Amino acid sequence: MSNSLILSVSAPLLLWMPLAASLYVLLRGHNEPGGGFIGGLLAGVGLIFHAIAFGAAPTRKLLRLAPTSYCAIGVLLAAASGIPALLGAAGPYLTHLWWFPDIGVVLPLGTTILFDAGVYVTVVGTVATLFLALMEEETL
Amino acid sequence: MLSPVWLILIGTAATLAATRIPRAFAALFGAASALALFAIALGYVGAIGDDGAIAAPFWSVPSLGIAGGLRVDGLSLVFLLLIAGIGALIFIYAHAYLAGDPRLRRLVAVLILFMTAMAGAVTADDIVVLFVFWELTSLASFFLVGYDHENPAARRAALQALLVTGAGGLALLGGLIPIALAAETTSLSGILAAREAVLAHPAAIPAMLLVIAGCFAKSAQVPLHFWLPNAMAAPTPVSAYLHSATMVKLGVYLLARLNPLYQDEALWQTILAGFGIATAATGMAMAFRETDLKRVLAQTTVAALGTLVMLIGIAPDLSIAAAVTFLVVHAFYKAALFMVAGIVDHETGLRDASALRGLARAMPLTALAATLAAFSMSGLPPFVGFVAKELIYEAKLDLGPGSIALLGLGFLVNAATVAIAGIMSYRLFFGAPTPTPNKPHDPPAAMLAGPIILAVLGLIAGLLPALLGGAFVEPAAAAILGRPVAVPLKLWHGFNTVLMLSAATIVVGVMLYLAWGPLVPRFKALRVVDRFAPAAAYERGLAALIALAESCTRNIQHGSLRGYLRTLFLVLAIATLATLILRGGAAWPAADNLGDPRLLLFAAMLIGAVATAMARTAIAAVLALGLVGFSIALIFLTFGAPDVAFTQFSVETLMVAILAAALLRLPLRRADMRSAREKRGDAGVAILVGLAVTLVLASVLATPFDPSLSLWFGENSAAAAHGRNVVNVILVDFRALDTLGEITVLAIAAFAVAALLRKGAAK
Repeated sequence: MSNSLILSVSAPLLLWMPLAASLYVLLRGHNEPGGGFIGGLLAGVGLIFHAIAFGAAPTRKLLRLAPTSYCAIGVLLAAASGIPALLGAAGPYLTHLWWFPDIGVVLPLGTTILFDAGVYVTVVGTVATLFLALMEEETL
Repeated sequence: MLSPVWLILIGTAATLAATRIPRAFAALFGAASALALFAIALGYVGAIGDDGAIAAPFWSVPSLGIAGGLRVDGLSLVFLLLIAGIGALIFIYAHAYLAGDPRLRRLVAVLILFMTAMAGAVTADDIVVLFVFWELTSLASFFLVGYDHENPAARRAALQALLVTGAGGLALLGGLIPIALAAETTSLSGILAAREAVLAHPAAIPAMLLVIAGCFAKSAQVPLHFWLPNAMAAPTPVSAYLHSATMVKLGVYLLARLNPLYQDEALWQTILAGFGIATAATGMAMAFRETDLKRVLAQTTVAALGTLVMLIGIAPDLSIAAAVTFLVVHAFYKAALFMVAGIVDHETGLRDASALRGLARAMPLTALAATLAAFSMSGLPPFVGFVAKELIYEAKLDLGPGSIALLGLGFLVNAATVAIAGIMSYRLFFGAPTPTPNKPHDPPAAMLAGPIILAVLGLIAGLLPALLGGAFVEPAAAAILGRPVAVPLKLWHGFNTVLMLSAATIVVGVMLYLAWGPLVPRFKALRVVDRFAPAAAYERGLAALIALAESCTRNIQHGSLRGYLRTLFLVLAIATLATLILRGGAAWPAADNLGDPRLLLFAAMLIGAVATAMARTAIAAVLALGLVGFSIALIFLTFGAPDVAFTQFSVETLMVAILAAALLRLPLRRADMRSAREKRGDAGVAILVGLAVTLVLASVLATPFDPSLSLWFGENSAAAAHGRNVVNVILVDFRALDTLGEITVLAIAAFAVAALLRKGAAK
């Protein structure tokens, strides 16, 4: 896409840094500012840099699945996070369950992270779908 | 004895399996599944306990007030046996009738689905369950009427049936909801038990009228009867099954089911009896305007449905027993005659009653079945039709002198029935043979089995009326009346008024039969009927609806993006301002922090907004808008909403990138093309929206802040949901279902974009 030497050299960094940051933001979201929405948007920024630097096709290749598949997977992930509550009869659908396994330190684990990951993946998929489709559109 | 739930489970599994069965066996598979349902239903005969029902509560959604369940009583049982029994014969018939049809599997699957839905509808003990199955039968009917989808007439007929019964379904829902609210339960038996409360509800009468309208649409009562004859576009097995023996009786079923609720209401009785007899008379009169065998039968079905509704309306024990008996009788003879009509059509290539004669020599077994069924239809002893007709006459005579109109019209209807029975048997099969496109002969056994079995059943039931009465009619009548009844069915009542009436019916019927030839062209020539019939009103209404939709589309969906935005913003502004004015005007908050340095951010935002409005090129506008966005993000940040600010920053960044991608292909430097007048108009809209939003926000800020929710979430976020970031905890835990909805919307939007810009995505 872009013929800028600076951009194509720095693009890998501009992809992986936002991606790493987005995961950090996703994970810390329960206690600090962050979460699935913001994380997903950040990851989307990284993908957009990649697409601008290398073009839409390499970005699609990087994603492996169709961007819309990420949307579907994300919604399914979030929807699935509510099922354990039904199975254990812990309460209504989407009542989140928590475990506190002790692995040296106490690690709080909840089905909320599954839900937030679903949000994250959906947002990444939506941003990627939108941007890649717009980039490839010729008749705009 | 199996729980009624199995009816639904087996039916559903069979529907799904039907599309996987080899085509040659598909119809037989359907017959097997119908027989399975029939066997389950047979298990209930005699097993219906002292309280008159077998209940099977199977699921419930307490939060929606749905206490689902199935319940089989005498009335359900009669319907179940008819649905599954006739269903089995129809599938066997279809096996030969539609042999080699490339879409047979689809037909069989939809027919099994229909059968299951019918079984569900007549056993449902919950109005929600009932309604779902009810609508499912309408949908199945739509697909089956439109089976021959390359024929425009079939498509039109399918749509008509769907629209009429679907509108009826809505009316029904509108009626059932207030009834359920009044009874404080959606359970049908609960509603019947809460009779006083239902009748005392302020909306009791409108609710009753809506329910009646829904049932009338389904059961083809005047003035909603016209869809039924047109539904004859369906293949004959479908007509015989749905549009004579089962689906069209669902309305009658629900009227009967709700009869204990309303039976003492004069309005209920009047409407049912009045519309019922009017439908019976209309159907019979219209039957004399038709020569197509199937349409003749369809019109007599309309008449029979009218008779059934009327019998429920007049409601002493005798008439209810008559209704149940007639229901069974009609299902037997009408399904048989439909199948005969299909055989004649199939074997001769013709189904015009005026062009066919003397087929008995070529197809003797078909003639036998037709004759037996026609005897039952005419109400001749010793057929069960005679038992039913005697009961109907007796019930009307019992009403006393007030029933002269019912009796008189009923007499004519019965005489006309005799005449039509003659057409369907004697005229068709006897006399000098006429030439036909195909050389007629008896069809394969699979096609003969149905009509012969049903016709013979009509004879057996007539000879053993006590069996029919004790096992089926009395339990069903008890369900319709809400109390036990004893109405012994008898073939021979002795020489009395009723027998005289029967004899007179036959005589007049034979006279009508002899007059049929010259009468039909005269009736057909009455064009005025076509012009003012409800069918014409339907056509005009449909045309008007389509014209309205077209004009709406033209005016609203005009394709100008700027026009859409203008409309949206104008509606937003007007609606907001109107609400403000109606709710007592705007309020202004006390401004006590005018020295706050953060106000500078607002100034930056304002500059950005003005610059956007003043921008001469698109790229300048985008950049100026970015200033607005980032100012807002900073405002969020400084006022203690880091999460929102974070999101806003990311969105702004993405926005710039996405706009850049889109704008790369747009003429960025192109100047504004709007005329001065358009600009002034747009500015007016913009100012109006700004004013409305400002006033609303000011009013919101002027109301005292209620911190209880914030406090609650603040206290419970860490304690109950193990998270200190309240915003995120609300998103993923407290209001997770909302978030799930939001990301679903997001995903749908992404799919829409992918589909719209498919050209690029395909590369």
